Amino acid sequence: MINIKTPISEEQIKSLKLGDEVSISGTLFTGRDAVHKYLHEGGQLPPAVNLKDGILYHCGPVIVKDEQGAWKCVAAGPTTSIREEPYQWQIIRDFGLRGVIGKGGMGDKTLEACRQHGCAYFHAVGGAAQVLAECIKRVPNVYFMEKFGAPEAIWEFEVVDFPAIVTIDANGNSLHKEVFEASEAQLAKFI
Amino acid sequence: MQIYPAHEMNVLQDSLIELIRRASAEIPEDVHKAILGSLEAEKKGTIAESAMKIIDRNIELAKNKSQPICQDTGSIIFYVDCPVGFDQLTFADAAREAVKIATKKGYLRQNSVDSINGKNDGTNLGPGSPTLHFHQHRSPEVQVRLVLKGGGCENVGAQYSLPNEKLKANRDLDGCRKVILDAVLQAQGKGCGPGILGVCIGGDRATGYEHSKEQFLRRLDDQNENQELNRLEQDILETANKLGIGPMGFGGKTTLLGTKIGVLNRLPASFFVSVSYMCWAYRRQGVTLDEEGKIGQWLY
Repeated sequence: MINIKTPISEEQIKSLKLGDEVSISGTLFTGRDAVHKYLHEGGQLPPAVNLKDGILYHCGPVIVKDEQGAWKCVAAGPTTSIREEPYQWQIIRDFGLRGVIGKGGMGDKTLEACRQHGCAYFHAVGGAAQVLAECIKRVPNVYFMEKFGAPEAIWEFEVVDFPAIVTIDANGNSLHKEVFEASEAQLAKFI
Repeated sequence: MQIYPAHEMNVLQDSLIELIRRASAEIPEDVHKAILGSLEAEKKGTIAESAMKIIDRNIELAKNKSQPICQDTGSIIFYVDCPVGFDQLTFADAAREAVKIATKKGYLRQNSVDSINGKNDGTNLGPGSPTLHFHQHRSPEVQVRLVLKGGGCENVGAQYSLPNEKLKANRDLDGCRKVILDAVLQAQGKGCGPGILGVCIGGDRATGYEHSKEQFLRRLDDQNENQELNRLEQDILETANKLGIGPMGFGGKTTLLGTKIGVLNRLPASFFVSVSYMCWAYRRQGVTLDEEGKIGQWLY
């Protein structure tokens, strides 16, 4: 297990390899379909959302308010990342992301942006909403709640020991590509 | 005739809220068993095993905390078997109210979006949400089954029209086999594998998908009464698990936990194979209701 703490250095990101299990602590910002499209079309982030050397989490959580009126995350697994493939490269480039957390992997544009700009894709276990919500210790802020609705808003999470696996590294390698090619070759033997 | 008078509406509503809570927070026992089998099968020390361990822990946590297994609480699909003369309109009202309350309680995410303007009013109610399928039967019993199907797995579903030249799939069972396995290959880990396939051979574009989803009402350990389809189900499961896609697409031994195949007649001109993919977070529950709307038995 490799510990990662935000903000992350380019050097640490480049040292990660496919299949490395990481444990992430620090700040995560969520962003999914609406946020990616908005940024791609030239939308501005609120000043408090600083993605530089940080991590964007593809997630639409279930959040409730507790008795004291504070946000509490009750379920927060990753959403499918490939929908952000048309936009992700640009957001990595323009906002200086060091990591993207999601599920299902991403394509060639993101792979190339990770290689060029020193970013990695961390695969969280899809559907593991409770295990991952336990790692979210605090939800200090939410942005674009009115504009995009709760699942699509930008939530700020303070996380401790959030587990994920490196499936796209910063050196041009993708586990998703490897598994697809191997499984395609394997399938050819059985049909 | 069952009409649920006003004082019983609350009883019915409470039963449906409990059905939603349990469906969202607890995995059915047959699915859990298959998941434990797959955790056992994965090679120790691999990332596939790590993923299965997290999945297993997640199932336990969700149940203990009575919170959603997955934050995507999915399309809300009710299947209601009811006697002749059953008041479907009143039942539908109670179901909608139950969905609204379950959403407030956090059993369901605010998950229903206006497709034109992107607005989410936070109630989970709107055209198509929830979806209710009523089937009459000649028995006094009311059975309500609920499937919550997440968007990630819904997105990797596929419908093939045979023949398919690229896949060399003709209009026969071998052709069906080829396209079903292609759906598994294309899905990789994107639908949160290890997954379960619901397949329909035949039907039209709408009934094919609908019938493929109805396969998810079957228990994973049942047998298809049609011997040919039973063999095909086994074959797809075994072959898919030799592809090495594995949990989450990380590589590994379990790509599928099950395959269920149904069949509908088709037109001479059409031959559709519709494949629905269910994620490991297979949320399916069911109850029988008595005349007052109280829960009798749990069906899974």
